[in-house]
Amino acid sequence: MYSEKVMEHFRHPRNVGEMENPDGTGKVGNPVCGDIMELYIKVKDGVIVDAKFQTFGCGAAIATSSMVTELVKGKTLDEALKISNKTVAEALDGLPANKLHCSVLAEEALQAAIEDYKKKEVIN
Amino acid sequence: MKKLIYLDNNATTPVRPEVVEVMDFCHTECFGNPSTVYSFGRNAKRVMDESREKIARMIDASKDEIVFTSGGTEADNLAVFGIAKANKDKGKHIITSKIEHHAVINSCKALEKEGFEITYLDVDKFGIVNLEQLEITIKKETILISIMHANNEIGTIEPIAEIGRIAKKHKIYFHSDTVQSIGKIKVDVKEMNLDMISISSHKLYGPKGVGCLYVKKGTRLKPILYGGEQEHHLRAGTENVPGIAGFGRTIELAISETEKEVARLAKLRDMLQQGLSKKIEHIIFNGHQTERLPNTLNCAIQFIEGESLILKLDDLGICASTGSACSSASLEPSHVLMAIGLPHEIAHGSLRLSLGRDTTDEDIDYVLDVLPKAVEELRAFSPLYKEFLRKGK
Repeated sequence: MYSEKVMEHFRHPRNVGEMENPDGTGKVGNPVCGDIMELYIKVKDGVIVDAKFQTFGCGAAIATSSMVTELVKGKTLDEALKISNKTVAEALDGLPANKLHCSVLAEEALQAAIEDYKKKEVIN
Repeated sequence: MKKLIYLDNNATTPVRPEVVEVMDFCHTECFGNPSTVYSFGRNAKRVMDESREKIARMIDASKDEIVFTSGGTEADNLAVFGIAKANKDKGKHIITSKIEHHAVINSCKALEKEGFEITYLDVDKFGIVNLEQLEITIKKETILISIMHANNEIGTIEPIAEIGRIAKKHKIYFHSDTVQSIGKIKVDVKEMNLDMISISSHKLYGPKGVGCLYVKKGTRLKPILYGGEQEHHLRAGTENVPGIAGFGRTIELAISETEKEVARLAKLRDMLQQGLSKKIEHIIFNGHQTERLPNTLNCAIQFIEGESLILKLDDLGICASTGSACSSASLEPSHVLMAIGLPHEIAHGSLRLSLGRDTTDEDIDYVLDVLPKAVEELRAFSPLYKEFLRKGK
């Protein structure tokens, strides 16, 4: 059973879609396991000013993607890195035990996006 | 009330009002224990025997070959464990298939731990069991062949009569789980050379918690429950008389309606399939396209995941199911979809729509109107779809 909050984010996912020229992209999961998340961030002066996502997956995967994009907006990179799978799950009023891996995926997507941004920064 | 379009009739069905009526009577007016000798108890026994006769007639059996159980799962367990226990002196080899219901597969797995050898036959991409493999797998230690009549997920109908002939030739007991086929297609235990079949009431507009195992006279079978002497010593426990009465009544009603209803359902199913294939791109229909149940449509919609589609359909008032890994507690995709060779990513997008008595033309029109939109919405933010479109360009 999903919480009302999960269903609400599933029904009305926030920040859906592809981002043009993102500063960082995190792509995690694979089609065999059943979930793929792509998270895009825009960073200005060390702060995440925008985040968007595209997800192939179940209700929980879509809701956690939506929630993580909400949570990171306005955060500094250091603050964003502290967002864990637990933070995401708690913000959704919990997830069924067999769906906790979806929140792990959301955390991994965020970390991958920040890492990608940092790599690009070094190159630039 | 929210619109409800129930397209999960292979999972369970609503109880018919005519059935509720006889059950209510049993609950209040005929509650005696059928094992008692006074007339009030005998009345309950009579009600039960009438049901037994109706069910036996439907499958061309005699009434003392019907053993009432708590449902299809118990009937399957009784067949598998009952034969194993009673015939292990002859051998410890059982043949079944990779697409059986879990009631059979997991019973067989439990027997494996007790030293039995189980062969799980392959199926082709349509879900038909491999008969050549069956013939070469049979050995002198084989004591049971258990193959379902029609598959609950993809609706494929197995060549039961042929398997029956093979089993008879080799003098091996043959059991078939007919939970999905009873009332939809003909089951004749004599023509099909069946020694045992499992039937469930709730898949056919009867109550939950009741079913039966047909056991051909002379079959060596041991009980799996111990207690009283009910059901020819094969199933101990005071009988579920109201359930059995409802079971009999629903079978009786099904017999008189099957032919007309099957034609109606097949027409609606075809309408649904044609509509979906026209309105949704990248959709695959699973199962056999002719040897199949009239009410079952299983498809895989690419680039989306099944559970999210089920949730969207639920918001639209449609009940359906999926074989996606994400919808199961084990996070494993459907064993049936794996057995027919679907890749994981395609199985994730599977959708089963199973029609029933209450399904109307309008329901199908509504589904054809809203389902493609739901798919479109999910594909709109699917990275798999995006990737596909990019590659296509």
